[in-house]
Amino acid sequence: MAGIDIDGITKNFGRTEVLRRVDLDIRAGEFMTLVGPSGCGKSTLLRIVAGLELQSSGSVRIADTPVDSLRPRDRDLAMVFQSYALYPHLTVGENIAVPLRMRQLKGHQRWPYLGALMPGARDIERAIAAEVGSVADMLDIGHLLARKPGQLSGGQRQRVALGRAMVRHPKAFLMDEPLSNLDAKLRVHMRAEIAQLHRRLGTTFIYVTHDQSEAMTMSDRIAVMMDGAILQVAAPDTVYNDPTDIRVAEFIGSPKINVLPAMVRADGSLAVEDSIIAVEAGAAPGEPVTLAFRPEHALLADPEQAALRGRIAHVENLGSDILVHVRVGESGQPPLVVRTAPNGHRHEIGEKTGIDLSSRLPLLFGRDGKRIGVASARQREAAHG
Amino acid sequence: MVDHVLDRPLAEAKPVPATLGRWVQLRQAMAAYALCTPAVVLMIALLVGPILAVMALSLTDYQLGAKSLAFIGLENYVEMFGERVFWISLTNTMIYVALVVPGSVLLGLGVALLIEAGDSGKTFYRAVFFLPVMATLIAMAIVWEFMLHPQFGLVNLLLKLVGMTPQNWLTDGDLALYVLATIGIWQAVGFNMVLFLAGIVSIPRFLYDAAEMDGVPSAWERFRLVTWPMLGPVTLFVVVITSIRSFQVFDTVHVLTKGGPNKATEVLLYTMYAEGFEFFRSGYAAAITVVFLAFVLLLTVVKTQLIDKKVHYQ
Repeated sequence: MAGIDIDGITKNFGRTEVLRRVDLDIRAGEFMTLVGPSGCGKSTLLRIVAGLELQSSGSVRIADTPVDSLRPRDRDLAMVFQSYALYPHLTVGENIAVPLRMRQLKGHQRWPYLGALMPGARDIERAIAAEVGSVADMLDIGHLLARKPGQLSGGQRQRVALGRAMVRHPKAFLMDEPLSNLDAKLRVHMRAEIAQLHRRLGTTFIYVTHDQSEAMTMSDRIAVMMDGAILQVAAPDTVYNDPTDIRVAEFIGSPKINVLPAMVRADGSLAVEDSIIAVEAGAAPGEPVTLAFRPEHALLADPEQAALRGRIAHVENLGSDILVHVRVGESGQPPLVVRTAPNGHRHEIGEKTGIDLSSRLPLLFGRDGKRIGVASARQREAAHG
Repeated sequence: MVDHVLDRPLAEAKPVPATLGRWVQLRQAMAAYALCTPAVVLMIALLVGPILAVMALSLTDYQLGAKSLAFIGLENYVEMFGERVFWISLTNTMIYVALVVPGSVLLGLGVALLIEAGDSGKTFYRAVFFLPVMATLIAMAIVWEFMLHPQFGLVNLLLKLVGMTPQNWLTDGDLALYVLATIGIWQAVGFNMVLFLAGIVSIPRFLYDAAEMDGVPSAWERFRLVTWPMLGPVTLFVVVITSIRSFQVFDTVHVLTKGGPNKATEVLLYTMYAEGFEFFRSGYAAAITVVFLAFVLLLTVVKTQLIDKKVHYQ
């Protein structure tokens, strides 16, 4: 178990800048998720930590030791790949044993057939087999040890890949989109299993995914990456409720956060579409800002009294929730989504409705996408009063 | 009327599609056979037919150009197995195959690995090593003949230059077959290299990443853990193809030694050619051809039956 410090890492492929001075401190035993759209550099960052890729500048320290000049073999990390990367010619048991055999057996003891006759080889092989057996039992693949990867289902292969990573008790696990080749149902299941595995092993995990729901459900902390830079590092809760950047707000959460262009008025309130939202924005009057709110932080309300008015464009019934898409105003904006509980009311397409935002302060972002403070109008009155 | 049909329960309506189904099935089967016919006819005319004809011919005393022929049973085979030249020819062929197959397969693999490992000049090296494959072997054999000429050949001139004894490369009975095998290797390496290159390129990169993470200590271990097993199917194919092509060695023998000196380079196809087209003993030549076909068939059977399962990891 070890902390990993990533310090000013940059990476260029030719003229393309893939990583731009990335700093990230991962605590020992932490489950850190790097999340971002494809091409944001998260996999490259993971491969640099692993040693499979060389950074253009910057440094990686594992347990306070710089590892920049070390080969992957000497960094004592294990990696689970998106494609599992199992050796197709070896059985499950042999696959899991590879990291141990490569490290514990000497060259001549690894010779095919003859190696087992070398002095000492048999004891080591026996110890390795025991270790493989116990890891396989832990992952519930003990009965598959004699099979070839080609005979396994995706989920089973995933477990074998996990077993191969675990067997050596490395300082940290690196996982590169390990669940993206599984079907949706299995993915949800394995999500829980990997999180459990992390709790049981207590080892540092760096987990790369483009799936924000994986990031939200499994991590201690999330690092949201975009265009080769980390935008925000925080606990899932904070990233969701308190995003520092509009891109983070839009990337995290499903359905997506609602955004509307707004204008700050002289008294600090916001002009949105044809209505006024009574808050105090921490921005200069006349400045264009972006107003954002999560679908569950809005309520459908009487159009006469609500902050926003529009017509229902689409209704998605998820059983536990209903997502009502409301088209506000005449502009070409995508409809806003409001999450409501099913209460027996039937929402008709085209029906006039209002959206009430008073239950919670909306998020406000400036022209540069950075978060702007906002206070409720009542506080202002209290302050002025 | 229409309402009536729709009202009928589903179970009652079923028998109609069933009979219809049989008719459709029959028509599909007929169409399938019709579509197969051209391929089957061509295969019989061009592949199966000639082989059967050769087999039939080997049981006769037919001579090229003769007006008649007689069935003589296995007499050709009896004569062949009793003849010294046939056994020399078979042994020489075996030695040639045993040299050329491992030589050209290992060299081809080595060259492919080196080219793939390098950063620059890949296209150049690929082209250079592939040149002997594209060149006509007969023409290349003549070039070799010049190079190996005892008096003014380049090889002997070079040997003299460094103070070594010149050799009679093609007229020395102890050397000639090995010289031919060397030319055979030279010619086959490029082809095998191209096949291995294709195989190496198709090995997924992530397996090398995994091997690196799993701690392979050296390039040799990486080769043993990933490259060599993943090249299994290609290697099998290369070995079988090279074996069959080495069994067919003829051009270099015909141009350079004509089976000599004193039958030292007599090989199966050359014997067949000499018997069939120089002595016009077509029946006897057909018997040699059948032996040759048997070896090729054996190799193919070994490939498909024994090894295919072991290298495809299913």
